[in-house]
Parts: sequence; C-alpha cells; structure tokens
Amino acid sequence: MKVVLEHLTKKFPNRNRKIKEDVIAVNDFDFEIPDGKLIALLGPSGCGKSTTLNLICGLLAPSSGRILFGDIDVTKLPPENRGVGLVFQNYALYPHLTVLQNIMFPLENLKGKDKMTKEEMKKKAAESAKIVQIDHLLERRPGELSGGQQQRVAIARALVKRPRVLLLDEPLSNLDARLRLQTREEIRRIQRETGITTVFVTHDQDEAMSISDMIVVMEAGILQQIGKPQEVYDDPVNLFVAKFLGTPAINVFDGRVEKGELVIGKDRVLKISGVPDQEVTVGIRPEGFWVDDEGPLLCKVRAVEVMGRDVSIVSTHEGSQAEQIRSIISTDFHMDTTRKEVRFALKPRKVHLFDKKTGERIRFEVKE
Amino acid sequence: MSKKSLKGWLYLLPALIFLGIFMVYPLVDVFIYSVEEGYNSASQTFFGYGAYNYSFVLHDPYFLQAIKNTFLLVIITVPLSTLLALLISLALTSITKLRDLFQTVYFLPYVTNTLAIGLVFMILFKKTPYSEGLVNMLINFFGGPSVDFIDGPYWAKLFVLCFYTIWVVLPFKVLILTSALLSVNKDYYNAARVDGTSRWRIFRRITLPMISPSIFYLVITGFIGAFKAYSDAVALFGTNLNAAGMNTIVGYVYDMLYGDSGGYPSYAAAAALILFVIVLTITAINMLLRKKFVYIS
Repeated sequence: MKVVLEHLTKKFPNRNRKIKEDVIAVNDFDFEIPDGKLIALLGPSGCGKSTTLNLICGLLAPSSGRILFGDIDVTKLPPENRGVGLVFQNYALYPHLTVLQNIMFPLENLKGKDKMTKEEMKKKAAESAKIVQIDHLLERRPGELSGGQQQRVAIARALVKRPRVLLLDEPLSNLDARLRLQTREEIRRIQRETGITTVFVTHDQDEAMSISDMIVVMEAGILQQIGKPQEVYDDPVNLFVAKFLGTPAINVFDGRVEKGELVIGKDRVLKISGVPDQEVTVGIRPEGFWVDDEGPLLCKVRAVEVMGRDVSIVSTHEGSQAEQIRSIISTDFHMDTTRKEVRFALKPRKVHLFDKKTGERIRFEVKE
Repeated sequence: MSKKSLKGWLYLLPALIFLGIFMVYPLVDVFIYSVEEGYNSASQTFFGYGAYNYSFVLHDPYFLQAIKNTFLLVIITVPLSTLLALLISLALTSITKLRDLFQTVYFLPYVTNTLAIGLVFMILFKKTPYSEGLVNMLINFFGGPSVDFIDGPYWAKLFVLCFYTIWVVLPFKVLILTSALLSVNKDYYNAARVDGTSRWRIFRRITLPMISPSIFYLVITGFIGAFKAYSDAVALFGTNLNAAGMNTIVGYVYDMLYGDSGGYPSYAAAAALILFVIVLTITAINMLLRKKFVYIS
C-alpha cells in the first residue's frame, strides 16, 4: 500500500499562552511513500518526525492537507479503520497482561464479521509472535522481558492485524548499542518478509541510512530532502542535510569563489566553473581528502588516529568553521604519524558548495 | 553483636523507646485489662482472670447496636465512597478547563473541621419546632412528608451518618485516584486507540488494572477508617450516642471509659480487642483478595 501525503500541515497552539502564533510542527509535506518499502523519517529532536507518524497513524488530525493510502483518502478515518500498526518508542506494552494477551489485544476489539473466536485469536497471535521469534515467551509478562524482547512483542502486536502500513516511532532508541545493530537488521528482515510498507522515525542517521530504502530528512517541520540513502548522502540539497548525514560529520569551511577558483583561507584548492565570484560555505566529506605533497590544502596535524582499516587525520586549518578537520585516509598510503604538517588534495565529488546565507547548495563544474 | 549493627540499634533506639511506651505497653495493658474480672478503677483491685468481660460486652445490647451500626456504616460507605471517588476522578481527569477549580472544590471537605461540618449537616437535616431544615424543605417542595433525620427513625439517622461519612472521606479518595489516573502513561491509551478499543474496554482492561493498587489501598484504609468511626457520629448526634441508638464500636469503648455510664476499663478493653480482631480479619481477607485482583508491577 503506497502512502501519499498531500500538502500536509499540522499546527499546535503555542505552549506559551502569551504567544498567539501557532507552532507549525509539520509544514506542507508533499511526498509519496512507495508500496512495500522501508522509509525512515530522519531529523533532529523536535523536527516533527513523530508528529508526521502520528498523522499517518491517525492519532492526530492534520490542520490541512490529505493523507491517502493507495487511492483511498484516509484523512478523516480513525486509526482502527486505516489498517495501521504502530510501535511506540517505549513499546507501551500493557504491563498487567501476558505477552500473548498483549498481542491478542488488538484482535479482541474486532467487531461484526471480523469477530474472532478465542482460538482463532490465539492462532493469529502465535503466528505474529513467530515472525518476530518470540513464540517461546508467550506466557511471560512484559516486565520479565529484556528491552529487545519487549520491542519484538510490540512489533508482533502491531503486526497481528496484518496492517497495510507499519509505523515505528524511534524503534531502537531504548536499546543498548549491540542490540540496536541486531534489531535494525531484524526490522529490515521482518519488513522484507511481510512486505508491509513501513515508516520508521529516527534521529540516528546511521540507523536510517543502513536499513531504509528511502530516507526523508526533516528539520523544524520542513521537509529538506527525500531520496535513497546514498543519493541523499552524495548529493545533499543544503548545508543542513550535508551536516546531518555522515559520521564523522562533513568538514565545513568558510571559502570564496575567485575567478573560477575555490579558495579556502590562502589555499586555492579547486578550479571550478559555473559559479560567479562570491563568499561560500564549503563542505568536504572526511573521505574527500588525499594526502598529496603537491596538494593545495595545507593543514597543521593535531593527531593521527590509526583505526586499522583506515587512518583518521585530525588537523586544523584557518578556514575551518570547526576547531578541527577530520579526514579519513586509506591505509594504502603510509602516513608518517610524526608529521607536523600535511598537504591535501581534494576529490571534487566530495566537495559541496553552499550559499553563505541560505545554506542552499551551489552546484559547480570542475575544470581540469 | 558487631560494632556496625550496634550502631544501627543505637539509631533506632529513640523510636523504639517511644513506640514501646506509647504503642507496645498500652497494647499489652489493654489485653491484661480485658481479662481482669471485676476490676475496680477506684481501688485498682480485681477478683481474678477470665473471659467474663468479653461475655458481658457481647451480651450488652448497646454494644450489639454499636456493632450493627458500625458494620452497616462500613458496608455502605466504603464501596459507595470509593465508587463515587472513582467517578469524580474520571470526570476530573477528562476535563482540562476549570480542572484546578473543581479539584479545589472537591478537596475542601478534607481541610474543614469535622465538628464544623457536623454543625452544617445539623442545619441541613435537623428538624426543630421553628424550622424544618433545608433538606426537609426540599422534600416538602417535591411533595414528600418531613423526616426528622437527627432524632427520628433509625434509617433516617443512618442515612445522614453514611451521607456525612462519604462526604468527609471523599476528598482524600478523589485526590489519590486523580493522581493515579494521571500517572497512567498516555501511550497505553494511544496504543489502545490505534486498535479501535472502545472507551469502556479501555477503562476496564487498561485503566482499572493500572490504578488497582490505589483502589486497593483506598478500600483497605477505608475499611479500617470506617470501623474506627466515632467523631462523625458525635458531630451529628451529640455525645449521648447510646440514647440516640447511633453508637459505634469506638464510641462504645469511649463511653465505657469516660461516659456517664463509664468507669469500666475492663469492658472498654474487651470491646477494643473485639474491634481489633474484626479489623484484623477484614484486612487479612482484603490482603488475600489483593493477589487475585490487583496488578502489582
């Protein structure tokens, strides 16, 4: 089931009653989630991700705009008639019920022709538990389960009615680091196995990039960019997206374009065309550097961190906005760790220019 | 004894001394009094030990009346006040406008003096040669005959006593239940809403189990409090409760000690111990039921 958001907007009254102006949590969202895909809503805290999820779910009503599942307008439908399953950040498992009772709970509400017998419910619940591999824990209470197991129970409960759309709110944030890696694979597997269109909310870009088919980057209620993880990473539309994606983060410099050359500090780093002379913000990915003794960017070395697979050079440059620059160099190159200075050449594809004021991307061509 | 545990006992000592003097010693003493037959408080002498005091108390029509009154009071007021408190708390938590105002209004009886409330109830219910009382005026308005709630038939007096008791205990229960309801995580309700759970089912399957520890606490303390009722009856019917036929067990104990017919500490002690056994039994039953009905996290 594809999900379409049409000019979706959600406003909340300001918490501070003196301020009359509403807070816009979701501002004119307009995109389509293709059928059977795993989508991440990615953004920093308070950017409106969870609000978007609740709008799709139907727990919140939009201020304006429409939501369609397939071709059906569900904007006015209550959650139970939309065919959605929601997994809460804290799982919201009923603590006084057993795992089996928790998973059965949604089925007990079915009315009319969908009404099931106890046996049918148990069978359905057991099937659902099997998908998430917790069928041996059915008699336990949530309090007796680990965080990861609780998470699976919550997913099983969301899946038991065979929803058309599965929604997960920060599904991994309550798990420890090791479980997080494991569980994200698990979510990917469950999504593949069931083929249910799945939307999950996260503020962790690693999580979003690693398992999703498509990511939606948001900030302050505004959709920044939508696309495949690699595309968004390689081709960010603005400085925010560039900074938000990637660990280590992108290195940001103050630079300027001068007569077809990109200049950072005193260093003329790249010959470019298609950009008029102006001050710009330059973003260079950590993997966008080579060590080259003829290279144009001269940096003072602070530390060389040997990681085994590669080497991370921490250095400083007068043009850098942050205190230090982090570059990741393949170990094919042997770095003398005692060096005081290093010269870098840049990989043009890893260099992005942004408007000094708006942060919008400025595209350029590389001159050989 | 190790030095560390010695230090621990030393810290506990002040509390233990006070508890010993004011709790343990009187308890033991009450038991001794209750088995001393023919105790004379003036000469401090007695004939011997035996169960006569218990037998006397259990055959005293005033005591039997007090038992009847107390049990009726407990059976009527505890469930009713808890249920009412639950309804009020549900209403309070489901509104946002004026919630603070109503919360204050419902809490007012808690901070008001018992005797002052009693006086107000007298004015509301009492029938005098000069005035019918407010409640009777209402009854008359709807075409009913006047009832003397304070000096009239038994059921009328019991009604006033129960009404009064419920009104006095309500604020505390509302306070406890409101905070219990507010502490239930909203996500449980949202999760239930996603599944289209009806409001009644949400209440029965989620809310009620979640606040069951608070309800249980209120029922137990409600039972104990109602069994110990005394001042409420005095506030409504005056100190001569036996004459009014509205005495309670604690009232009987007091009368036996200090009342006009008083000066019999042995009878008082026996009655007090009977009350103790009753409360103990009821609480034990409650505790057994707790396992079955209360969700314990």
